[in-house]
Amino acid sequence: MSDIAKAARGDLKLSHITKSYGDFTAVNDLSLVIPEGSFFALLGPSGCGKTTTLRMIAGLEEPTQGTISLGATDITDTKPYQRPINTVFQNYALFPHLTIFENIAFGLRRRGIKDVDDAVNKALDLVELPHLAQRKPTQLSGGQQQRIALARAIVNRPALLLLDEPLGALDLKLRRQMQIELKWIQKEVGITFVHVTHDQEEAMTMADTIAVMNEGQIEQMGSPADLYDNPETAFVANFLGQSNLIKGTVAGNDGANQIIDLFGQKISLQKDRSHAVDNSIYAGIRPEKFRISRLETATSGNILTGGKIEDVSYIGVSTQYQVLMPWGQELMVFEQNDDGVAPFSVGEPVNISWEPIFTFGLRGDEDAEAGTEVSPDEDLDEE
Amino acid sequence: MKQISRWFQRNLIRIYAVVAFTYLFIPVAYTFAFSFNDSGKSNLVWKGFTFANWQNPCGAPEVCSALGNSIKIGFLATLFSTILGTMIAFALGRHKFKGRSTTNLLIFLPMATPEIVLGASLLSLFLVFKINPGFWPTVIAHVLFCISFVVVTVKARIASLDPRLEQAAMDLYANERETFRRVTLPLVAPGIAAAALLAFSLSFDDFIITNFNSGTMTTFPKFIYTSAARGIPAQANVIGSAMFFLALAIVIIGQFVGRKRKVS
Repeated sequence: MSDIAKAARGDLKLSHITKSYGDFTAVNDLSLVIPEGSFFALLGPSGCGKTTTLRMIAGLEEPTQGTISLGATDITDTKPYQRPINTVFQNYALFPHLTIFENIAFGLRRRGIKDVDDAVNKALDLVELPHLAQRKPTQLSGGQQQRIALARAIVNRPALLLLDEPLGALDLKLRRQMQIELKWIQKEVGITFVHVTHDQEEAMTMADTIAVMNEGQIEQMGSPADLYDNPETAFVANFLGQSNLIKGTVAGNDGANQIIDLFGQKISLQKDRSHAVDNSIYAGIRPEKFRISRLETATSGNILTGGKIEDVSYIGVSTQYQVLMPWGQELMVFEQNDDGVAPFSVGEPVNISWEPIFTFGLRGDEDAEAGTEVSPDEDLDEE
Repeated sequence: MKQISRWFQRNLIRIYAVVAFTYLFIPVAYTFAFSFNDSGKSNLVWKGFTFANWQNPCGAPEVCSALGNSIKIGFLATLFSTILGTMIAFALGRHKFKGRSTTNLLIFLPMATPEIVLGASLLSLFLVFKINPGFWPTVIAHVLFCISFVVVTVKARIASLDPRLEQAAMDLYANERETFRRVTLPLVAPGIAAAALLAFSLSFDDFIITNFNSGTMTTFPKFIYTSAARGIPAQANVIGSAMFFLALAIVIIGQFVGRKRKVS
């Protein structure tokens, strides 16, 4: 069994995985296929079950129900050391009593490989730290430890590499650099990467496919652009970037579009971008898709009239406006500072417009605030 | 006058340190000095300098057989209490089981019980089972009180061990046994070594419990006690001083190794 598991290759498949701790359900009937060779991100707030899912894939936790398979091999009941899967732990977990060289060689030696020098040196070259081979982990900086943890996992050429908030402890500049580097390394070695993070920007920068998790389930899965441009739930719309969600009703059809009534004003929405199940709907628009115009300026596309500038924040590349609408809702608008239009001032009456193709529709019975209050606090992350 | 008082203020802490260390080390210095006394029977009055005691530490009757017994008992007590105590520490530190907090409390009891009570009740227990006091009952008694200290010391080390290191080892193809051998044990080893040293010094030192359970066998502390009445031979000072310098050497080497490990 273990030898078969060790040699397993292929897509990772989670089928109806549930993990409960007493009354608490960390992961709830989760099914997921991660294609071989992809860079996959599990994204979600603290306590959404993403780390638990990762630990079940690694074999460090046993699912209460469901199966995990790699290619055609069921690995649900195998031990961590029987799986061709390696993990880069959140705090790196380098062995403090071993040198960097022996840390990286650890996995190779346990598999009975005698001549490890070549592989270890190649792994050190890959992370650009060949001069640190004889040091101890405590003598390395956080960024260096991070790379060694990566080298220690990659040197084994696993079928799957798991990364648990790998960049969480690094400062912002180093984090950006490592994001690009990780992506490059993934392309270079061609191993499937499964990356767990609460940082939406990190997930969007690196992953081919992102699964957004909330309360032990997958809210939506897709490419970063899919998720951002066409979110299916309020949670995804708010957790990935910011969204304006306006309550409305479906008022009719116009070819491939639906006509939506927003407090008496009609706008159009592509039918394939609507995820509403009945006439009750939230129309969603990203803040940077909005255009603000003075009342005398002609506009096209979807238009909402009767706005009033409530607040202006100039932040360099863009200006952020809060626009109060007649129905009492404040809409968020990001305007690029490149169109030569004089900035709007507080109290000025304005109209808001946008291209209809940017509208997305969500179920009207959703909580419009879902995903907004969750603070990405890594200290509270589930262990 | 002012200058003197200022100098005094500035050096007060140093003066205090010198006084404190003098207080601590005068008995040791006295013991060491009188190990060179050409004493004859009683080693109370300085009678002249000689190396004879150091050249012949076993010169006095019984001193070396007592020392030998103490070392043998100390070695065995350390061995058994370290092995058993380490196993208990792992069980308490790593596993949740019914009666864990009770066990924790029971482990503390031998440390809290007055030695005189422990020694006396052990003796009556041995007698009930018709075991005569002697070498092995003493070893058993020493293991009993050493275990508690071993458990406490090793448990502290286990508690500070990051469980993710063991998970990382398992993730890197080490099975349970290899994980223990390659990661857990090396990381807990300094705690086990400290516990063993502590156990040995506790066993070597013990007088009260030993006095109850050793019967006619003499250990080093017992020898000192009984010879105190008729005058402790200078050879006892030789052995005492040697033990002191040995302990000092172990501490210094330990510090040196620890510092080297941090720097390199």
